[in-house]
Amino acid sequence: MAVIFQKTRGLTDVPTHYCPGCTHGIIHRLVAECLEELGVLDDAIGVAPVGCSVMAYKYFNCDMHEAAHGRAPAVATGIKRVRPDNFVFTYQGDGDLASIGTAEIVHAAHRGEKISTIFVNNAIYGMTGGQMAPTTLVGQKTTTSPYGRDKETQGSPIRMSELLATIEGAAFVERVAVDTPANIRKAKKAIKECFQVQIDRKGFGIVEVLSTCPTNWGLTPPEALKWLEKNMIPYYPLGNFRRPEEVK
Amino acid sequence: MSKVLMKGNEAVGAAAIAAGCRYFFGYPITPQSEVPEYLSRELPKVGGVFVQAESEVAAINMVYGAAGAGGRVLTSSSSPGIALKQEGISYLAGAELPCVIVDMMRGGPGLGSIQPSQTDYFLATRGGGNGDYRLLVLAPSDVQELVDLIMLGFDLADEYRNPVMILGDGMIGQMMEPVEFKEDLKREAPEKPWATTGTKGARKPNIINSLYLEAELLEEHNHHLQAKYEKMRQKEVRVETYNIEDADLVFAAYGTTARIVKTAIAKLEEEGHKVGLIRPITLFPYPYDAFKNINPNCKGVLTVEMNAGQMLDDVKIAVEGKIPTHFYGRTGGMVPGPAEIADKAREILGGGR
Amino acid sequence: MDDLKGGLKMAKASGRVTFDEDMCKGCGLCVTVCPVNIIELDTGKLNKKGYYPASVKDENMEKCISCANCAMICPDVVITVERL
Repeated sequence: MAVIFQKTRGLTDVPTHYCPGCTHGIIHRLVAECLEELGVLDDAIGVAPVGCSVMAYKYFNCDMHEAAHGRAPAVATGIKRVRPDNFVFTYQGDGDLASIGTAEIVHAAHRGEKISTIFVNNAIYGMTGGQMAPTTLVGQKTTTSPYGRDKETQGSPIRMSELLATIEGAAFVERVAVDTPANIRKAKKAIKECFQVQIDRKGFGIVEVLSTCPTNWGLTPPEALKWLEKNMIPYYPLGNFRRPEEVK
Repeated sequence: MSKVLMKGNEAVGAAAIAAGCRYFFGYPITPQSEVPEYLSRELPKVGGVFVQAESEVAAINMVYGAAGAGGRVLTSSSSPGIALKQEGISYLAGAELPCVIVDMMRGGPGLGSIQPSQTDYFLATRGGGNGDYRLLVLAPSDVQELVDLIMLGFDLADEYRNPVMILGDGMIGQMMEPVEFKEDLKREAPEKPWATTGTKGARKPNIINSLYLEAELLEEHNHHLQAKYEKMRQKEVRVETYNIEDADLVFAAYGTTARIVKTAIAKLEEEGHKVGLIRPITLFPYPYDAFKNINPNCKGVLTVEMNAGQMLDDVKIAVEGKIPTHFYGRTGGMVPGPAEIADKAREILGGGR
Repeated sequence: MDDLKGGLKMAKASGRVTFDEDMCKGCGLCVTVCPVNIIELDTGKLNKKGYYPASVKDENMEKCISCANCAMICPDVVITVERL
């Protein structure tokens, strides 16, 4: 028997605190595998957000910074400017990146900072107990939109990938999902391509990963994956929005 | 070493480069925009990095990243921008990261005015961000001292793994004075085994962090920080005193205000008064002990500031109720002249002209 | 489950999966993606965390086709997959 799948050394042995069935675990694994497979794990410096993944610095087996809410792209900018040969990534949720941190992510892309961002979009604020996120869908009930998100007073959800794809300095922008094994495999491909863009010094890269929050959505983990497919993918279409031109 | 005529804000940049700083993250704001302008020109010449950030918030977070990755890094701003940086400064202090932050103070509160003031004394010395932390705060009085303290500041920041704040004001940023860069203050940055440089597969990951979800661990960390600040109190106090053992009235002032006070002192001495001065150079750690040497028959300590009375609180602590304390201040960006300061002193000395 | 039907039609590879039982949180995602339905949450035991851990009964292991779908979707990376 040959081992065809085992845990990557890009993850530490620390058991995660994430809820059962939380897709953070899947995404952490994909990031860690890509870092290992691209040979940059030992040069990697990651920036953890504020959100459920605030303790990501315990789970990735590389140097890590904890950042203030939303500020990870600015922290990553500081790191990469001092350590241009290191691989620098941020891992952020929808509150971190699409709410308090919109200026920082837009300007990191705008400056074409050679960093890679993993944006975990689960349409809700998990860590603080299920409040509305900028990515919460219209009609979706959360603890701060108890009657369902009202477009009139609370706006429509924000599509960050489409927004960032309009920025010249954003060399790679793709949206993926982790609701099925097939989509997970595609997500890994996108993350790997995004990381390669940094290695090739082509500019800023981001992969938006549609994710679930079974606990705050009030669904079982398998039900949550189905909810993602049925409700999130139609509003947040999967696909690549920007990639560097091939240089022949 | 020859002297060069430099504008204060430009001298900030030159001093940083002379101290080995190669990374600047900042944002334009009056009256310190010449700092980023100068560094945008000069840092690339020495292989350094200049980034105009999207905001002062972003800039201080870039400092956090750069300092954590082992860089010698500077940021600068003025009062409203320094207010924006407070979250990041708290994180820098909590994660024990070295850096130098230059504040060229202007009138406040809020958007305030663009003229000089000393309105951030509380912010600098009492912490403007959340938590029990201290910055090492240095208050230069002229452009030469600005240069010397910035160069010293980088070394102190590395020695204590703490942010250092240089508290200047609009005057010191804008005025031109002769400056020399003293060789003996130039030092190399020390080894930083805690910095994030990539594990290279050879060590455990380094984590730059201020989060401790277990209260016992955070208390332990706070004890460690407090011990560090106590060490600063023991070793880093810097103060200039003049004639305090003999004086009937002692002035307390810092920064450019102290220079104006010195002119007032000269006038008062001409008139036969015995007056002295305590000029703190470190605002944290504060030179409380210097006040113990004041003539016990002194009629009072007159604190002069460009604010509504902030260092005044530390003077009251220092005199321990043994000497009456008085205050003269101007706010809003107004700069006191020596005549009005002397008038106030005469009032206290009794029998003014 | 369309992507899983493809797995059933392809040539079968014999496989074995092992579960790091005490790291399992009993989320059940692996159960839903196994194309040969051999994974179960063992409601007869509790692991150290107090969850029903996922496992494959010995007699069902021969049906494993080492597609690794379970390992793909496990958020806690508790599954190791081997192939003959």
